[in-house]
Amino acid sequence: MLAFSDVELAAVGLSLRIALVAVGFVLPPAILVAWLLARCRFPGKSLVDGIVHLPLVLPPVVVGYLLLLLFGVRGPLGAWLDQAFGIRLVFTAQGAAVATAVMVFPLMVRAVRLSVEALDPGLDEAARTLGAGTLDRFFTISLPLMLPGVLSGAIVAFAASLGEFGAVVTFASNVPGETQTLPLAIYAATQTPGGEDVAARLAGVSLALALAGLLLSEVLARRVRRMLGR
Amino acid sequence: MLELDFRMKLGTFALDVRLAAPAGALALFGRSGAGKTSIVRAIAGLARPSDGRIAVAGSVLFDGAAGIDVPPERRRIGYVFQDARLFPHLTVEGNLRYGLRRAGPQARPIAFDAVVDLLGIGGLLGRRPANLSGGERQRTAIGRALLAQPRLLLMDEPLASLDAARKAELLPYLDRLRRELDIPIVYVSHSIDEVLRLADTLALVDAGRVAACGPVGEVTARVDLHPLAGRFEAGTALDARVAWHDAAFSLSRLEFDGGTLVVPAVEAPPGAPVRVHIRARDVLLATRRPEGISARNVLPGHVVAMEPEPGAHAEIAVAIGNTRLRARLTRAAVADLGLAVGTPVYAIVKAVAIGRPGAARNSSGRDPG
Repeated sequence: MLAFSDVELAAVGLSLRIALVAVGFVLPPAILVAWLLARCRFPGKSLVDGIVHLPLVLPPVVVGYLLLLLFGVRGPLGAWLDQAFGIRLVFTAQGAAVATAVMVFPLMVRAVRLSVEALDPGLDEAARTLGAGTLDRFFTISLPLMLPGVLSGAIVAFAASLGEFGAVVTFASNVPGETQTLPLAIYAATQTPGGEDVAARLAGVSLALALAGLLLSEVLARRVRRMLGR
Repeated sequence: MLELDFRMKLGTFALDVRLAAPAGALALFGRSGAGKTSIVRAIAGLARPSDGRIAVAGSVLFDGAAGIDVPPERRRIGYVFQDARLFPHLTVEGNLRYGLRRAGPQARPIAFDAVVDLLGIGGLLGRRPANLSGGERQRTAIGRALLAQPRLLLMDEPLASLDAARKAELLPYLDRLRRELDIPIVYVSHSIDEVLRLADTLALVDAGRVAACGPVGEVTARVDLHPLAGRFEAGTALDARVAWHDAAFSLSRLEFDGGTLVVPAVEAPPGAPVRVHIRARDVLLATRRPEGISARNVLPGHVVAMEPEPGAHAEIAVAIGNTRLRARLTRAAVADLGLAVGTPVYAIVKAVAIGRPGAARNSSGRDPG
């Protein structure tokens, strides 16, 4: 029962890869947007705040559908990507990563934003009087002190990426070996007569990954705390 | 050296600062809420005046009319905050080197080892700020500000968050700093002991304005400032020089501009400058030279200013040579003696009532002997 088929292994590998890519791509813009929302005042801030949080409150299927409209081969962005770079997102692994990234973006922004708001502006002033410019201060003072929030945001986002279903299935479909991630494979198995074993094995893998993620986040959090001298 | 002439609005509070101070240590003294911190924040560039001009050592840092506003990171002004503000993710050494590394290509006259030595923080370099005592944190913060090679060092009540023991621990370092480094200092404080010990120039700040500014001895001797300075133990800061020591009685004789003073032995070699603090209420006045009196100091002079107060007291300034000494008497005594401006008097001060500012003493400022 523990022998994995190729299709199952591919699903596990794909899930991990998509989650990593999604979190990696989302991290920098999430930090930027969190900083803007926490620190800056600009016209249309509420609108930006709303759009960022939309994936959290919309049904994932609707997010997938909107992505189809935008990035479909005839969609405004999809057509441009296709013509300019030959990139097609619909029904591809990249597409699955994009759908996942959009879904976890608000989770990340929320976690990072809390850590931005927890920063002591006094330290920033101190760094200014010591001759540090804006970017210098961001990378040497603010970012290191935000690290716990960034890290916990990244781990929550990674875990959520592994479980993303609705948006991925709508936007990237369910192609074994191409866009069939773990939850999609489990769903497919439960819809197949005699697929209970497969479903159980993959569910076990999901459970193990989730636990490993939690453990890792605990270990990292402790390290970071020590590094920050708390 | 330091030229301030600016206006700034802070909510309903308005700051109108005019001040020119020579090099050396300038103390901004005044009650809390008088605007002292706002003034140093404006000098550092962390707060923006609505108009006016700020110049340090000839270079203009802010000029509202000319549209000059140098950002804090390019002002080269060290700032020691009341709450230290060390970077928690860096070690003491990392904190110290933060400003040093960014000090730019110009000469770096203040060396890392010298500062570590001066402040006695060599044993702390590997530690995190979370594991430092309050005094150690403040010393690190001072070192960090110094190593950024500032042309002016601002210290905003660096001792305010410390208890009495930590204050006593830190004061000698500040004293050394002032004497050994050639950096002008602006020191914010509401403790007259600190001001008397550390400052050359004293600016009294009241309700957003500089009420008086001048050499410490002069400003503390002005009786008309009594309502402002009233919160400190009103008195005179007297700059003197050690003449000789009397080992048998443990006394020292000090010479000042106008006479000599006998005080309990000071730990300084003959010729060394010392500053003593004579509280106004420790000074007696007599119209005839008293005889058979235990007080060691009987100084002839004349009354130069009188400031009667609504209550029982009157503030008198007595000129002794070129020095002004403040005395606080009852109005009844003033009437009995018939004191008026010009009256020749003898100022009488007990040797034991004279304290060295900042020296180890009990909190009343009076020597137990």
